[in-house]
Amino acid sequence: MKAVASMLVLALSSAAALQLPQTPASSVRRRSPPPSLNEAMTKDRIEKMIADNKVLLFMKGDKIQPQCGFSNTAVMILKAVTESAGCDFQTFNVLADNDVREGIKKHSNWPTIPQCYIDGEFVGGCDLLIEMYQNGELAEMVEKAAAS
Amino acid sequence: MPVTAAELTELLTGSSLVPEHVEVVDTSDGCGSKFEAIVVSAAFDGMGLLDRQRAVNDVIAEPMKAIHAFSMKTWTPKHGID
Repeated sequence: MKAVASMLVLALSSAAALQLPQTPASSVRRRSPPPSLNEAMTKDRIEKMIADNKVLLFMKGDKIQPQCGFSNTAVMILKAVTESAGCDFQTFNVLADNDVREGIKKHSNWPTIPQCYIDGEFVGGCDLLIEMYQNGELAEMVEKAAAS
Repeated sequence: MPVTAAELTELLTGSSLVPEHVEVVDTSDGCGSKFEAIVVSAAFDGMGLLDRQRAVNDVIAEPMKAIHAFSMKTWTPKHGID
Protein backbone atom coordinates (compact mmCIF):
# COMPACT_ATOMS: atom_id res chain seq x y z
CA MET A 1 0.00 0.00 0.00
CA LYS A 2 2.78 2.36 0.95
CA ALA A 3 4.69 1.45 -2.21
CA VAL A 4 1.66 2.17 -4.39
CA ALA A 5 1.18 5.54 -2.77
CA SER A 6 4.78 6.59 -3.27
CA MET A 7 4.66 5.45 -6.91
CA LEU A 8 1.57 7.58 -7.38
CA VAL A 9 3.32 10.59 -5.88
CA LEU A 10 6.27 9.99 -8.15
CA ALA A 11 4.01 9.73 -11.21
CA LEU A 12 2.17 12.91 -10.27
CA SER A 13 5.29 14.91 -9.58
CA SER A 14 6.95 13.86 -12.82
CA ALA A 15 3.81 14.83 -14.72
CA ALA A 16 3.86 18.18 -12.98
CA ALA A 17 7.53 18.56 -13.79
CA LEU A 18 6.80 17.90 -17.44
CA GLN A 19 4.06 20.48 -17.59
CA LEU A 20 5.71 23.15 -15.49
CA PRO A 21 8.05 24.68 -18.09
CA GLN A 22 5.15 25.36 -20.45
CA THR A 23 3.18 27.49 -18.03
CA PRO A 24 5.60 30.36 -17.38
CA ALA A 25 6.64 30.52 -21.02
CA SER A 26 3.10 30.96 -22.29
CA SER A 27 2.26 33.53 -19.62
CA VAL A 28 5.37 35.52 -20.54
CA ARG A 29 4.31 35.44 -24.14
CA ARG A 30 0.89 36.77 -23.22
CA ARG A 31 2.23 39.59 -21.06
CA SER A 32 4.61 41.42 -23.43
CA PRO A 33 3.54 42.22 -26.99
CA PRO A 34 5.55 40.51 -29.71
CA PRO A 35 8.38 42.69 -31.07
CA SER A 36 6.60 43.15 -34.37
CA LEU A 37 3.70 44.94 -32.65
CA ASN A 38 6.08 47.27 -30.81
CA GLU A 39 7.87 47.94 -34.08
CA ALA A 40 4.58 48.73 -35.80
CA MET A 41 3.66 51.18 -33.03
CA THR A 42 7.06 52.88 -33.29
CA LYS A 43 6.66 53.12 -37.05
CA ASP A 44 3.31 54.88 -36.57
CA ARG A 45 4.84 57.31 -34.09
CA ILE A 46 7.71 58.09 -36.46
CA GLU A 47 5.38 58.62 -39.41
CA LYS A 48 3.17 60.95 -37.40
CA MET A 49 6.16 63.01 -36.24
CA ILE A 50 7.40 63.34 -39.80
CA ALA A 51 3.96 64.34 -41.08
CA ASP A 52 3.37 66.87 -38.27
CA ASN A 53 6.68 68.73 -38.54
CA LYS A 54 7.78 70.54 -41.68
CA VAL A 55 11.43 70.53 -40.72
CA LEU A 56 12.38 67.74 -38.33
CA LEU A 57 15.76 66.52 -37.15
CA PHE A 58 16.28 63.17 -35.42
CA MET A 59 19.43 63.81 -33.41
CA LYS A 60 21.52 62.97 -30.38
CA GLY A 61 20.64 65.50 -27.69
CA ASP A 62 18.51 68.54 -28.39
CA LYS A 63 18.72 71.98 -30.00
CA ILE A 64 20.10 73.58 -26.83
CA GLN A 65 22.52 70.79 -26.03
CA PRO A 66 23.51 68.54 -28.92
CA GLN A 67 25.40 65.47 -27.72
CA CYS A 68 27.40 64.68 -30.83
CA GLY A 69 29.41 66.81 -33.24
CA PHE A 70 27.42 65.66 -36.25
CA SER A 71 24.11 66.49 -34.60
CA ASN A 72 25.54 69.85 -33.55
CA THR A 73 26.52 70.66 -37.15
CA ALA A 74 23.05 69.69 -38.36
CA VAL A 75 21.42 71.95 -35.76
CA MET A 76 23.63 74.93 -36.71
CA ILE A 77 22.77 74.50 -40.39
CA LEU A 78 19.03 74.11 -39.82
CA LYS A 79 19.03 77.11 -37.47
CA ALA A 80 20.61 79.30 -40.13
CA VAL A 81 18.39 78.08 -42.94
CA THR A 82 15.07 78.18 -41.06
CA GLU A 83 15.81 81.60 -39.60
CA SER A 84 16.30 83.12 -43.01
CA ALA A 85 13.17 81.36 -44.28
CA GLY A 86 11.22 82.74 -41.31
CA CYS A 87 10.19 79.34 -39.94
CA ASP A 88 11.24 76.98 -37.20
CA PHE A 89 12.49 73.41 -36.93
CA GLN A 90 11.83 70.64 -34.45
CA THR A 91 14.19 68.03 -33.06
CA PHE A 92 13.73 64.59 -31.58
CA ASN A 93 16.33 63.21 -29.19
CA VAL A 94 16.97 59.57 -30.13
CA LEU A 95 19.12 59.06 -27.01
CA ALA A 96 15.93 59.32 -24.97
CA ASP A 97 14.05 56.68 -26.97
CA ASN A 98 15.77 53.55 -28.20
CA ASP A 99 12.72 52.35 -30.16
CA VAL A 100 12.80 55.50 -32.29
CA ARG A 101 16.60 55.38 -32.51
CA GLU A 102 16.47 51.94 -34.13
CA GLY A 103 13.13 52.54 -35.88
CA ILE A 104 14.22 55.66 -37.74
CA LYS A 105 17.26 53.86 -39.19
CA LYS A 106 14.93 51.27 -40.66
CA HIS A 107 12.33 53.80 -41.74
CA SER A 108 14.83 55.94 -43.67
CA ASN A 109 17.00 52.99 -44.66
CA TRP A 110 19.85 55.10 -43.32
CA PRO A 111 22.39 53.79 -40.81
CA THR A 112 23.36 56.90 -38.85
CA ILE A 113 22.06 59.81 -36.77
CA PRO A 114 21.34 62.74 -37.36
CA GLN A 115 18.61 62.40 -39.97
CA CYS A 116 16.68 65.31 -41.40
CA TYR A 117 13.16 65.32 -42.82
CA ILE A 118 11.68 68.25 -44.73
CA ASP A 119 8.05 68.30 -45.83
CA GLY A 120 7.71 64.61 -45.03
CA GLU A 121 10.69 63.62 -47.11
CA PHE A 122 14.00 62.18 -45.97
CA VAL A 123 16.75 64.63 -46.86
CA GLY A 124 19.81 62.89 -45.44
CA GLY A 125 22.40 63.03 -42.69
CA CYS A 126 25.03 65.55 -41.69
CA ASP A 127 27.14 65.25 -44.87
CA LEU A 128 24.15 65.92 -47.10
CA LEU A 129 22.99 68.87 -45.01
CA ILE A 130 26.46 70.42 -45.32
CA GLU A 131 26.60 69.94 -49.09
CA MET A 132 23.03 71.10 -49.64
CA TYR A 133 23.61 74.10 -47.40
CA GLN A 134 26.64 75.06 -49.45
CA ASN A 135 24.98 74.66 -52.83
CA GLY A 136 21.77 76.41 -51.79
CA GLU A 137 19.47 73.41 -52.26
CA LEU A 138 18.62 73.24 -48.57
CA ALA A 139 17.53 76.88 -48.35
CA GLU A 140 15.32 76.28 -51.37
CA MET A 141 13.69 73.21 -49.80
CA VAL A 142 13.07 74.94 -46.48
CA GLU A 143 11.63 78.04 -48.14
CA LYS A 144 9.28 75.85 -50.15
CA ALA A 145 8.25 73.93 -47.03
CA ALA A 146 7.68 77.17 -45.11
CA ALA A 147 5.48 78.57 -47.87
CA SER A 148 3.36 75.44 -48.27
CA MET B 1 36.91 43.09 -34.41
CA PRO B 2 37.53 46.77 -35.15
CA VAL B 3 36.93 47.95 -38.69
CA THR B 4 39.98 49.30 -40.51
CA ALA B 5 40.32 51.95 -43.20
CA ALA B 6 42.07 49.36 -45.40
CA GLU B 7 39.11 47.00 -45.11
CA LEU B 8 36.65 49.74 -46.12
CA THR B 9 38.88 50.84 -48.99
CA GLU B 10 39.04 47.26 -50.27
CA LEU B 11 35.26 46.83 -50.03
CA LEU B 12 34.59 50.06 -51.92
CA THR B 13 37.29 49.47 -54.53
CA GLY B 14 35.94 46.00 -55.34
CA SER B 15 32.30 47.10 -55.39
CA SER B 16 29.96 47.52 -58.34
CA LEU B 17 30.61 51.29 -58.14
CA VAL B 18 33.99 50.57 -59.77
CA PRO B 19 35.44 53.76 -58.31
CA GLU B 20 38.36 55.54 -59.92
CA HIS B 21 39.53 56.67 -56.56
CA VAL B 22 38.84 55.68 -52.97
CA GLU B 23 40.29 57.39 -49.95
CA VAL B 24 39.30 56.30 -46.45
CA VAL B 25 40.80 57.98 -43.40
CA ASP B 26 40.37 56.69 -39.86
CA THR B 27 39.54 59.79 -37.82
CA SER B 28 38.97 57.87 -34.59
CA ASP B 29 42.64 57.83 -33.56
CA GLY B 30 42.69 54.14 -34.32
CA CYS B 31 39.72 52.77 -32.39
CA GLY B 32 38.12 51.95 -35.73
CA SER B 33 34.75 53.53 -35.29
CA LYS B 34 35.00 56.83 -37.14
CA PHE B 35 35.96 57.37 -40.76
CA GLU B 36 36.01 59.95 -43.50
CA ALA B 37 35.85 58.80 -47.09
CA ILE B 38 36.14 60.19 -50.59
CA VAL B 39 34.75 58.02 -53.36
CA VAL B 40 35.14 59.07 -56.99
CA SER B 41 33.05 57.04 -59.40
CA ALA B 42 31.51 57.52 -62.83
CA ALA B 43 28.55 55.53 -61.48
CA PHE B 44 27.57 58.67 -59.51
CA ASP B 45 26.99 60.59 -62.72
CA GLY B 46 23.34 61.57 -62.93
CA MET B 47 22.65 60.47 -59.37
CA GLY B 48 21.47 62.83 -56.63
CA LEU B 49 23.50 63.26 -53.46
CA LEU B 50 21.17 61.06 -51.44
CA ASP B 51 21.31 58.19 -53.93
CA ARG B 52 25.10 58.43 -54.13
CA GLN B 53 25.40 58.13 -50.37
CA ARG B 54 22.87 55.30 -50.30
CA ALA B 55 24.96 53.44 -52.86
CA VAL B 56 28.06 53.78 -50.66
CA ASN B 57 26.09 52.79 -47.55
CA ASP B 58 24.93 49.64 -49.32
CA VAL B 59 28.51 48.60 -50.02
CA ILE B 60 29.64 49.04 -46.43
CA ALA B 61 26.40 47.89 -44.77
CA GLU B 62 28.08 45.04 -42.89
CA PRO B 63 31.03 46.91 -41.26
CA MET B 64 28.72 49.91 -40.79
CA LYS B 65 27.05 48.05 -37.94
CA ALA B 66 30.25 48.44 -35.93
CA ILE B 67 31.06 51.98 -37.07
CA HIS B 68 30.01 54.99 -35.04
CA ALA B 69 30.46 57.60 -37.73
CA PHE B 70 31.09 57.53 -41.44
CA SER B 71 31.38 60.81 -43.28
CA MET B 72 31.70 60.84 -47.05
CA LYS B 73 32.23 62.84 -50.20
CA THR B 74 30.84 61.25 -53.34
CA TRP B 75 32.25 62.74 -56.50
CA THR B 76 32.13 61.95 -60.17
CA PRO B 77 35.40 62.04 -62.15
CA LYS B 78 34.18 65.36 -63.60
CA HIS B 79 34.09 66.98 -60.14
CA GLY B 80 35.93 70.27 -60.02
CA ILE B 81 36.85 70.25 -63.71
CA ASP B 82 34.55 73.09 -64.73
